Amino acid sequence: MLQQVEGSKAVAVAVAASRPQVICAYPISPQTHIVEELSRMVKSGELRGCEYVNMESEFAAMSGVIGASAVGARSYTATASQGLLYMVEAVYNASGMGLPIVMTVANRAIGAPINIWNDHGDAMSQRDSGWIQLYATSNQEAADMHVQAFKIAEELSVPVMVCMDGFVLTHATERVDVLEQDAVDAFLPPYSPRQLLDPDDPVSIGSMVGPEAFTEVRYLAHMRQLEALDVIPRVAAEFAAQFGRDSGGLLRSYRTDGAETIVIALGSVFGTLQDVIDAERADGVSVGLLGVTSFRPFPYEATHAAVQGARRVVVIERALAVGAGGIVAGDVRIALTGTEISQRTVIAGLGGRPITTTSLREMLGRAVRDELPALTFLDLDTGVVDRELRRLHPVDRFADVLPQT
Amino acid sequence: MEKPFAITLDVGSSLANHTGAWRVERPVYVDLTPPCAHACPAMEDPQKWLYAAEDGSYEQAWRTLVEANPFPAIMGRVCYHPCETACNRSFLDEAVGINAVERFLGDHAIEQGWALPVPATTTGRRVLVVGAGPTGLSAAYQLRRLGHEVTVRDTSPLPGGMMRYGIPAYRLPRDVLDAEIARIVATGVRLELSTRVDDMTAALAEGFDAVFVAVGAQIGKRAYVPAAEAARIVDAVSLLHDVAQGDPPLLGRRVVVYGGGNTAVDAARTAKRLGASESVIVYRRTRDRMPAHDSEMAEAIEEGVVVKWLSTVAHADAGHLRVERMELDETGFPQPTGEFEDLEADSLVLALGQETDLSLLDGVSDLTLTNGSVEVDSSFMTGHPGIFAGGDAVPAQRTVTVGVGHGAKAARAIDAWLRATALVEPDEAPLAEYAALNTWYYADAPHAVRPRLEAARRTTGFEEVVQGLDAETAAYEARRCMSCGNCFECDNCYGVCPDNAVIKLGTGKRFEIDYDYCKGCGICAAECPSGSILMVPETR
Amino acid sequence: MSSTGVKFYQVGSFAVGNRLLDPELRSAQSEQGRANSLTSGHRACQGCGEALGARYVLDAAMRAAQGRMVTVNATGCLEVFSTPYPETSWRVAWLHSLFGNAPAVATGVAAGLRATGKDDVRVVAQGGDGATVDIGFACLSGMFERNDDVLYICYDNGGYMNTGVQRSGATPPAARTTTTQAVGDEPGNVFGQGKDVPRIAVAHEIPYVATATVADLRDLEAKVDKAMGMHGARYLHVLVPCPLGWGSASKDTVKIARLATESGHFPVFEAERGEVTSVRKIRHQVPVEEYLTLQGRYKHLFSPVRRDDVIDRLQAMADRNIARYGLVEEVL
Repeated sequence: MLQQVEGSKAVAVAVAASRPQVICAYPISPQTHIVEELSRMVKSGELRGCEYVNMESEFAAMSGVIGASAVGARSYTATASQGLLYMVEAVYNASGMGLPIVMTVANRAIGAPINIWNDHGDAMSQRDSGWIQLYATSNQEAADMHVQAFKIAEELSVPVMVCMDGFVLTHATERVDVLEQDAVDAFLPPYSPRQLLDPDDPVSIGSMVGPEAFTEVRYLAHMRQLEALDVIPRVAAEFAAQFGRDSGGLLRSYRTDGAETIVIALGSVFGTLQDVIDAERADGVSVGLLGVTSFRPFPYEATHAAVQGARRVVVIERALAVGAGGIVAGDVRIALTGTEISQRTVIAGLGGRPITTTSLREMLGRAVRDELPALTFLDLDTGVVDRELRRLHPVDRFADVLPQT
Repeated sequence: MEKPFAITLDVGSSLANHTGAWRVERPVYVDLTPPCAHACPAMEDPQKWLYAAEDGSYEQAWRTLVEANPFPAIMGRVCYHPCETACNRSFLDEAVGINAVERFLGDHAIEQGWALPVPATTTGRRVLVVGAGPTGLSAAYQLRRLGHEVTVRDTSPLPGGMMRYGIPAYRLPRDVLDAEIARIVATGVRLELSTRVDDMTAALAEGFDAVFVAVGAQIGKRAYVPAAEAARIVDAVSLLHDVAQGDPPLLGRRVVVYGGGNTAVDAARTAKRLGASESVIVYRRTRDRMPAHDSEMAEAIEEGVVVKWLSTVAHADAGHLRVERMELDETGFPQPTGEFEDLEADSLVLALGQETDLSLLDGVSDLTLTNGSVEVDSSFMTGHPGIFAGGDAVPAQRTVTVGVGHGAKAARAIDAWLRATALVEPDEAPLAEYAALNTWYYADAPHAVRPRLEAARRTTGFEEVVQGLDAETAAYEARRCMSCGNCFECDNCYGVCPDNAVIKLGTGKRFEIDYDYCKGCGICAAECPSGSILMVPETR
Repeated sequence: MSSTGVKFYQVGSFAVGNRLLDPELRSAQSEQGRANSLTSGHRACQGCGEALGARYVLDAAMRAAQGRMVTVNATGCLEVFSTPYPETSWRVAWLHSLFGNAPAVATGVAAGLRATGKDDVRVVAQGGDGATVDIGFACLSGMFERNDDVLYICYDNGGYMNTGVQRSGATPPAARTTTTQAVGDEPGNVFGQGKDVPRIAVAHEIPYVATATVADLRDLEAKVDKAMGMHGARYLHVLVPCPLGWGSASKDTVKIARLATESGHFPVFEAERGEVTSVRKIRHQVPVEEYLTLQGRYKHLFSPVRRDDVIDRLQAMADRNIARYGLVEEVL
């Protein structure tokens, strides 16, 4: 049913339609509208059979869903930014124990300086946490991917993070085909836990593992996540077959056929980039777009295949690995192994800075002319940084990296 | 359930890890000798039968008790209970009233008509017991249990010896005495009364394989007291004997008893009951040096008996006595002072000790007599093979309890001699010391006081003075037992083991240490109330 | 004392067993078929009070729940010594997540059980004093204020023993730990710090709060029974001596716990909805010194120089407990 709704509400409805049994949450912008709506639905009776628990922190929220999941309840939470970092210990714990929790991350920058606006720094910090990470390009996809996420998580006994850009998506009202209960029920079977904390068949879950088996435990977790490279596209295909639209999957290609230059990006900037690609193509520039939906596990082979034939790729990142540069870029570089394709990294949209069509087209022009440095900060206020760097340090040390003035 | 590798484990799988390898000391269950048992002249083990009595298993308690002593109802009245004197509980609050419980069990057994065990087979060996007092009857009972044919002969018309003719009825009612003796006779002991054995050689010739001489000390010591012709003097043994036979002598209104033992007290209290308005004990030393038992003395004083301490009778005359005041010298021995006073007295009762008539042994070879007693070895055998002796006839403390013990020990020795085997007395386990107990665990509980007849009633007749416990109070008293040195299945060891390494075997079967897992921490031993677990160094 | 109705017996209600009682009145620990929730083969030190306390509590809880129970365990000694791969000593359904989140995990477990229709399954969470009064305190307080249906047990051994005996918010004053060493003018842990979590729990006005020790099993079991008979947030704080951290003989674990209560150093009480409802009276009062001298962690109070000033302050603390809770029976 098509509705003009806020992204958060669309997600809340999708989560509710997935029949979660326990939701533990703690409020943080820009995740709030999702959990507010879910709490209302539980209290009003619209969402039956679900316990909504107002926890005292994100650490407690993740801990709560760990407990709930361990007793076989389909469990959900949502967070963002500082909240995700505050729950980190439990985030790793959930994946370590293979509990199929689904969590929305309403992507937001992490401080200091404190900043409530969107970038991917929060989720990227959890790159190696053992969770599957899926990035939504739109509110429709965000909603759809939550339903898929439960299916993927429970099939693999691996937790799934659905990442959607804070404010840009969560607070944007647009037309969404809101998922309906019957359809979701047909798509998503009831949760059948792999392991269970159960007095009738008691086990000890969460034992201490020493050097003699820790490597094996980690290896098996790795192999288990790699299985997702098959499961994620299969579930997306099943979803497409039932709902008639493409949502989720590993990668999303847009006009990459024969493209000399391929832009690689995650999240909502995909929509903006589609417009940029269309405009560039109209101007006769051979460019295409590749969206990474599954950042973890990273689809190396699929990426490799998707960029075959291109001369260069430009990775647009909404996060920064300080001291290194791009984060996704590192994975792309691995995917490009064995090709002659050159790679450029663009850091864009940190802390909520808008990524404009104008800036993207200007950047792409330089890329196509092979004038783009290896690492570029889009729309950097060079006056400010130049002044600060010169004030603090001898300028010659930064001669290579300072933007030309 | 599909369990993730290493993270999720099957329950109880740590049993594969034998932590017993850590141990440097191991706990070991022991059975020590409780002080009550150690102190009992009759070889009773009160702890054992108190344990049974605690939960109301009175028949079991009684059966355990009578393995050592067939006279619990009598013991419960006349024993001076050295067990209670030794009882570790006295360090905590008050000694357990073992004697009271014993009496309850004895009385209850009489009420219930419980019988003593009858031997399944007989050995064909015949034993003659001379004397139907506590020693002789105890020996007869034990010998009968061992399968021998036993004949008991006594000069008196009724059995019981000093229990009948020495102990007043207000302390030991005759129906109780009769009942406990009848029970022994019922096991097949042949009792020949009013039969004097005065020729041991002749008796042996009747075909007895062994003889046990338990003739007691029936003769009052005739100490010299200067006296006028008209003075009325009787000895206490005769007095008590005549009273027992229903033929009390005339003592008058004012009676003086000379002596400081239990017999003196019995005589003084008996005089009161015979109508004396004044009953005075004259004793040459002080109360703390008096051999008479404290409780007897206390009851006597309650009944109005008066004592003149530090006094001797210098001269007896009709209607009055001359008494000399004494002083204790530095060794505690009384010395005359030369100070005299007169005391009105219609009669003087002498209670200065008893002697044994051993004339039946005249002409028996290889005997040694010393100070009127016959010498025996550790197995109660005299110098003459096959002739044993015990009780008051041999040098020992002269109490019913000691006599019963002699009888039982002698019976074992006679049995061994008859079977021509060496008598092997098991080594007594080490004594359970108070310091080894963990008394925290014992509930605070006062001694259950035996109700007593009002003192005023006592002097009007020979009704029993000390009353028995009811069943509830007896169980309560039994539960005060701390079971020193013997496991009583309180489950503490089973509970306090952090390693779950104590196996509970079930009621009556106690516990076992699981040395596969016991780390040797020692909590079980430290927290064992009764000190029944020792920590022993590992040697491997 | 909350234990009631044990009729007079040799050992009254003090020992583990009492053969004269009706079977249903006997302690869970005395049962031949007790749950043995924490079974043999675990790697706790000799004489571990926490291992003992955990079995006492969980066996009683298992009996009360008729086996319908799951447990959540914080990181710490209890977790480490019980479940090193490939062996676990637990015989109950058991979940370990993290050091500081056991109350929150338990909240989720309770919610999950309700949501999946297993309302009959009870939830018991447990952790050491570090997990409870320090790192997990926020989660504990959250669980309390929401009144989640969890019985939380704190096994208090007064420090971080698993990591090598460091100070926690439950370490008593003057006690030596590796981070409050017996050096300087004020050796050992300082006075005036530390967290009295039982009283903080009472302040949450949750249905039930109680303290107990491994030295009084009947009292402990009665409290577990009572707690298991209620719903909502419940807190039981159990003193468990640690031979390693306390520098005490392994055999003295129970004795030291007993002296802790008999000296007034550790008050044993219970409270319902914010009000103290009963206290376990001191039976044979002892000076706190008797409690201290068995423990190496207080050795510096007695040698090389006797510190009467410090001992007096500890006695004053015990006296304050005695006055606050009325631990000594009034002599009429």
